[in-house]
Amino acid sequence: MRVAVVTFPGSNCDYDLYKAVQLVGGEPTFVWHRDRQLAGYDAVMLPGGFSYGDYLRAGAIARMSPIMDDVVAFAHRGGPVLGICNGFQILCEAGLLPGALVRNASLRFESKDVHIRVERADTLFTSDYDHGRVLRIPIAHGEGNYEAGEATLEQLEGDGRVAFRYVSADGEVTEAANPNGSWHNIAGIVNDRGNVLGMMPHPERATEAILGSTDGLGLFTSMLRSLAPAAA
Amino acid sequence: MSSHRIEIRVKPRPGLLNPEGKAIHHALVSLGWTGVEDVRVGKVMYLDLDAPSPEAAVEAVEAMCRKLLANPVTEDYEVSVVGEAEVVG
Repeated sequence: MRVAVVTFPGSNCDYDLYKAVQLVGGEPTFVWHRDRQLAGYDAVMLPGGFSYGDYLRAGAIARMSPIMDDVVAFAHRGGPVLGICNGFQILCEAGLLPGALVRNASLRFESKDVHIRVERADTLFTSDYDHGRVLRIPIAHGEGNYEAGEATLEQLEGDGRVAFRYVSADGEVTEAANPNGSWHNIAGIVNDRGNVLGMMPHPERATEAILGSTDGLGLFTSMLRSLAPAAA
Repeated sequence: MSSHRIEIRVKPRPGLLNPEGKAIHHALVSLGWTGVEDVRVGKVMYLDLDAPSPEAAVEAVEAMCRKLLANPVTEDYEVSVVGEAEVVG
């Protein structure tokens, strides 16, 4: 699995993502946002961070980067695109995913481990997880509050496009388990074709025991298995 | 062509939670302004633009709002000409 890890000025989870891809046996390459070179990659990943200092809105300036035209084209061809944290914000701003991520309801930057439940285990990003499994994965964001119009939200729920939801440790959707005020405790969503996933929690920071959790590893092994069936 | 100063008011959509406004509301009430019923925080941007007419300037800035300056999911915007552009110190 050849993965382009796209870096913007202000990306800061790019190395974590690179390492996570390497850890499962993938071949990551950093691609600078001005270098429009996505040919030959099996997947594109947009890392977390604070691209362009979150000026205007988180992800709004990065979305105008030269490479984003290529990322959009890659996604429209059916190529797998994963956006984590700031990457999720950029995907929403770019229109590859619906809705927007606004200021946390708590007004605080939330940096802690949370529990999320796997709502879809049949996507190329989540196939190594069991449906309903509860993962412990860190979040670190100030703007992770998922908002969308009522019609969009109904469509997301109706089509089963919520990939992850914030839950309590025992898997219940509760207000207390929602770290940022997201509608319906949404932590991650997929597009209608299922080849674009955006999520606020950081699976790449939960890939080794020394990091406190390995629950994020499944995301990368799922992608590896889905994208390289011959080698699996 | 002349340079027009444009004011853009980006406002949070009604009905959406506005956490900054909520925090300011609490602060005002705690300072004794108990009659404050609601606070919502948006942004004001000023932009100087060369255009053949004020109408053309507004049209161009509205396109900028749709493309970049406002998020259609969460924000509304109003564009108005506030005068000729000038160098301010």
